[in-house]
Amino acid sequence: MIIINGEPSDAVAPGATVTELLAALDVPDRGVAVAVDAEVIPRGAWATFAVPDGARVEVLIAVQGG
Amino acid sequence: MRIAGVEFSSRLILGTGGFPRLETLADAIAASGTEMVTVALRRIDPGARGSLVDVLDAAGVRVLPNTAGCYTARDAVLTAKLAREAFATEWVKLEVIGDERTLLPDAVELVAAAEQLVDEGFVVLPYTTDDPVLARRLEDVGCAAIMPLGSPIGSGMGINNAYNLRLIREQTALPVILDAGVGTASDAALALELGCDGVLCASAISRAEDPVAMARAIRLAVEAGLLARTAGRIPQRLHATASTAEAGVAEFVHPAGGDPDGGPDEYVHPSDPARPLQ
Repeated sequence: MIIINGEPSDAVAPGATVTELLAALDVPDRGVAVAVDAEVIPRGAWATFAVPDGARVEVLIAVQGG
Repeated sequence: MRIAGVEFSSRLILGTGGFPRLETLADAIAASGTEMVTVALRRIDPGARGSLVDVLDAAGVRVLPNTAGCYTARDAVLTAKLAREAFATEWVKLEVIGDERTLLPDAVELVAAAEQLVDEGFVVLPYTTDDPVLARRLEDVGCAAIMPLGSPIGSGMGINNAYNLRLIREQTALPVILDAGVGTASDAALALELGCDGVLCASAISRAEDPVAMARAIRLAVEAGLLARTAGRIPQRLHATASTAEAGVAEFVHPAGGDPDGGPDEYVHPSDPARPLQ
């Protein structure tokens, strides 16, 4: 099981790439950033980085803020 | 205004937080004339509607990600790195908060985060207290601007310590941008009059009854404040200095028996009743 934004999720199985995870969540492709276990996953690595079982994934998006 | 080699014709940076609708934000961006707006990163909300990034793209403004909500240097650095991926910019408005109630910056964590981010190639614009010594520390670690508060975020209390802002201005060659506390147009004008290069303003515009009108008001205030500063104000004095020539004042001789509407026959000088007022 992967933890996405603090909640266990079955959107994708462990081992899925970040790209697959974002597609499963229907996340827009712009203004988005991903961290796995408190490490930033660069955009260029999304297609190849496999999210391990038990990983804590943060999927962040642009919001209004001062 | 020039920050890290980039020239801005507008001295107003708009915070996007607090606007009730994206349409209002778009209109306020246009009315403010700003060329750079702040954005934040938060966990994705599946129910969110409309794309902030699309609105900002359409407005043609530069994006300045913030690290709002971070309480440690570690979290702020990580957030800045995430923002770099999300927005493809190395610019960051660095906020490291030390107190929930006042949202005042944590000086120790702020300097630590600034130093790390500068080392990693970021253009760091730190939200800081109005402490001139802290401002010098931030300059020493390589920040691209100093962004002191006038008063706490969203308080609308304006500039609480003009003296400190003047000291910060005096000691640094970096751009100084007032970053919090603006409540209305006159606060922004004062910031420019005191020597700030620009103003970052969110709540005063976004939470005004008419955000678009306030965006225009603060834009004009920033322009007015700069113009007033370069025009060179008169010194402040305790006593009056007549602007009308004192020579050639007419002398009026009043007929005996007082004036027609029944007032006193003779005026007296306020500080010396024995001396007639001239």
